[in-house]
Amino acid sequence: MMDDFYEKIFEDAEFQALQRRRSRFSWTLAAIMFTVYFAFIGVIAFAPRVFAIPLGPDTVITWGIPAGVSIIVLGFILTAIYVHRANGEFDRDNEAIIKRLERSR
Amino acid sequence: MKTAAIAAGLALSSAAAATGAGKLEEGAGAVNFTAIAMFLVFVLATLGITWWAAKHTRTTKDYYAAGSTITGTQNGFAIAGDYMSAASFLGISGLVYTSGFDGLIYAVGALAGWPIVLFLLAERLRNLGKYTFADVVSYRLSAKPIRILSACGTLAVVLLYLIAQLVGAGTLIQILFGLPYHAAVLLVGVLMVVYVSFGGMIATTWVQIIKAALLLFGATILAFLVLSRLDFSLEALFAQAIDVHAAGRDALLPGGLVPDPISAISLGVALMFGTAGLPHILMRFFTVPDAREARKSVFVATGLIGYFYLLTFILGFGAVVLVSQNPAYLVATGDALRGGDNMAAIHLAHATAGDFFLGFISAVAFATILAVVAGLTLSGASAIAHDLYANVIREGRATEREIVDVSRIASLGLGLIAVFLGIAFQGQNVAYMVLLAFAVAASVNFPILFLSIYWRRLTTLGAVLGGSVGLITATAFVVLGPTVWVEVLGNAEAIFPYKYPALFSMTAAIVVIVAVSLLDRSQRAMQESAAFDKQYVRSMTGLGADGAVAH
Repeated sequence: MMDDFYEKIFEDAEFQALQRRRSRFSWTLAAIMFTVYFAFIGVIAFAPRVFAIPLGPDTVITWGIPAGVSIIVLGFILTAIYVHRANGEFDRDNEAIIKRLERSR
Repeated sequence: MKTAAIAAGLALSSAAAATGAGKLEEGAGAVNFTAIAMFLVFVLATLGITWWAAKHTRTTKDYYAAGSTITGTQNGFAIAGDYMSAASFLGISGLVYTSGFDGLIYAVGALAGWPIVLFLLAERLRNLGKYTFADVVSYRLSAKPIRILSACGTLAVVLLYLIAQLVGAGTLIQILFGLPYHAAVLLVGVLMVVYVSFGGMIATTWVQIIKAALLLFGATILAFLVLSRLDFSLEALFAQAIDVHAAGRDALLPGGLVPDPISAISLGVALMFGTAGLPHILMRFFTVPDAREARKSVFVATGLIGYFYLLTFILGFGAVVLVSQNPAYLVATGDALRGGDNMAAIHLAHATAGDFFLGFISAVAFATILAVVAGLTLSGASAIAHDLYANVIREGRATEREIVDVSRIASLGLGLIAVFLGIAFQGQNVAYMVLLAFAVAASVNFPILFLSIYWRRLTTLGAVLGGSVGLITATAFVVLGPTVWVEVLGNAEAIFPYKYPALFSMTAAIVVIVAVSLLDRSQRAMQESAAFDKQYVRSMTGLGADGAVAH
C-alpha cells in the first residue's frame, strides 16, 4: 500500500518540480563549498608562497590566515542559509503536496 | 546487577586515582590534585547519567538511537563532542605550535566536510536509516553482503581510531595525572565500556554534550587569557610568535605537512570526505526525531566546530609566544616541550592561569578522550550487533533483548581488544592510524553511502567489489607509504610515495563501483535500480521513516 503511495508521489508533477528546486539549491551550495575549499587546497598545493604574503606593509598577518578563517565562516553561513530554506519553504511545500495526495488517496 | 557493575567501575576509577596520588610520593612529580578532583567529578556525574540512562533504555531504539528523542541543538553539541577529539584539541594546537599555518589546513579541512554532510547526506540519512549507515545502503541493495562490507568499514575506522585515542590517552594521562600508562589505558577502557554497555546512546549522547560544553568553555577561557596578555591584538600575537618561532616568518608559510601538490590535494580529500564517512558521526543522525532536527543539528555542530578550530589556532600561536620561551615547560635541552608537542595547550593553561586552570584543562582533555572513545565503541558495537548479528547471522529474527545483549558483549569485546592493542602500541607513533581511519571512511563508507542515495544504477555487486577495493587500497597505500613503510618499519624508501592515500583509494573505489554496477546486467541489479524511485520518495519526504512515534 505504501508502495503505491510512493509511486503516486513520485509521479506528481508538483513534487518533481519541488525536488528539482531542492536539488538545485543543495548542489549550488555544495558547489560553492567545493570550489572555495579546493581553491584553498589548490593554493597550498601549487602556490603556497601566495598565502605567506603579508596583508600590507605594516602587518605580519599573511593572506593565508584570513583565507582560512573565511572558509570556516563561509561554511557556517552556508549551513545557516540551507537550514533556513529547507526547514521553512521546502518542508512546508513538501508537506502540502503530501497532504493533497493523501486526501485524494 | 547494573548498579553493582557501575559501582565496580567507580571503585576502579578512585583506586586508579589513588595510585596516581601514590606516584607523587615516589617523586614522579607533576600530579595535579585539582585535575584529579575535577576529573573525578566528571566521572561521577557521567556514571550518574549512565545509571539514569540505563533505567530508560528498554528497546533497541533506545539503545542505539536514544529513542530518537534528542533535539537538534542537543545533537549538534553531541556531534561537535564526537568530532572535537583530544586529537583535535591537543593535536591541532600542537600542530600550530610546531608548524604554524599548517595547523589551519587541518582546521579548514576538518570543517569543510560539514556543509557537504548537511547539503547532501544528513536529512536523507535520517529519512532512510534506523541505527547505522548500513541501513541506508541496504535499503534497496542486498542486505547480507552490504552489511558485512559496511561493518568491515565501520570496525576498521572504529578500531584504528580507538587505538590511536587510547595510546594518546595513556601518554597524556601519564603526564597529567602521574598514572602509569597501563592503568590509564585500562581506566579509559573500563569507563567507555561501562558508558556504552549500560547507558547505550542516551548516556553516550549526554556524555558528549557535557564534554563539548566543557571543552568549548575551557578553550574559550584559554584563548581569552592568551589574548588578554597581548592587549587583544591579533597583530601582536602573530608578530611576537614570528619573532620567537624557530621558522620565523615561514611559520605562516604552508609547508612541512604537505611536501608536494598531490599530498596537499589528497589530504584535502581525506579530510572532507572522511568526515562524511565516519560511522560514529553518521550514527548520530538517527538520534533525532526527523529530517528537520537532523539539519538543525549539523548547523549547530558546524558553528561549534568552526568556532572551536579558530580557538585552537589562537591557542597554538599563544603557546609559541607564552610557552616556547619558558624553560619550565621545556625538556632539559630546551628544544622541545615537556611531554611532547601535544602538550602545548596544556602548558599554555599553566602559563596563563596557574595550577588550578591547568587542572581544569587537564580534566577537560581527559573527559574529551573518554567521550570520543565511548562514541566510537557504541558505533562499533552497533555494527557487530545490529548489522552483523541481527541482520546477517539471525536474518532479522533476533529479539530486541537479544540484540541489546549482543551489543553489550560486543562493546566489552571491543573494549578488551582496544585496551590490549593500546598497551601493545605504547610509545609508538600511531598518527598513521588516524590517517588510515579517515582514508577508509573516505574510500569505503562514503562512496557506497553517497552512491546508494544518489545513483540509481548502483548495484550490490558494484558496491561490494568497489568498497572492498577502497578498503584494500587505503590500507595498502598507508602501509606501503612513508608513514608506515619508512617511519615505522624503518625501510629506506616508500613504495607508495604519498603520505595521504585518500585521493587514490577513493578514486579506485568509485571507479570500480561505477564500472561493475554498469556491467552488472543481472535480474537482481535491475530490481535494485527499479527500487530507486521508492527510496527517493522516502529520502525526500521522510514518509515511512523510522520516527520517534513508538513511545
